[in-house]
Amino acid sequence: MSEETKKAIHEAVTSAPVVLFMKGTPEAPACGFSRATIQILGQQGVDPAKFAAYNVLEDPDLRTGIKEYSDWPTIPQLYVSSEFVGGCDIIMSMAQSGELAEVLEKANALVPEEEEPAKGESAKEEPTKEEKA
Amino acid sequence: MSSENPLTSDHLSKTIKLRLQANEVEVQDMSGGCGQAFAVIIVSDIFRGKNKLTRHRMVNNALSDEISHIHAFTQKVFTTDEWEEQKRLFGSS
Repeated sequence: MSEETKKAIHEAVTSAPVVLFMKGTPEAPACGFSRATIQILGQQGVDPAKFAAYNVLEDPDLRTGIKEYSDWPTIPQLYVSSEFVGGCDIIMSMAQSGELAEVLEKANALVPEEEEPAKGESAKEEPTKEEKA
Repeated sequence: MSSENPLTSDHLSKTIKLRLQANEVEVQDMSGGCGQAFAVIIVSDIFRGKNKLTRHRMVNNALSDEISHIHAFTQKVFTTDEWEEQKRLFGSS
């Protein structure tokens, strides 16, 4: 792996609290494992503002480089707070056990819970918006 | 892609038993025969006291050649005790 690639990967890893190296994009995953991982992150309530995804299919250097960088042979690969968490199997099992929520919460990467309406704290800038499912 | 024979479930299972001192291995060929996708369950006491990431790295390292040649590899790993617990909970054997 070239120094340049290494530096680019390091920058990618540190570009957001939650970083996913995947095949395809979050909107259009190109592999079942990447799709499953994106779904899990969505279900966990990862804040899109704190999330970055990198499509390894668009960049052959990244595709081979990230495997060496993480010492991990497969894609997707998840980083939280610049630390390697694992691939799809690990993420799935951590989601089931509740560990993933803990890790994401610790990284302050989740969409904030809606505040209790009765509480004194008022939302500052954002107008309250009701979302209907 | 490679001129070698495609990986078979049987071969993979033997390799895992040997390299990871597994006392139980279940290999499922998810590829429909092309030898490109496998899901494996590995029961071995070499995983005792190791966290999930370390365990998966142990498997990835032991099978680095095999994994680099296939498209998809899914693993679930247990110690003997954990596996017994799984069987008790889910009734599989």
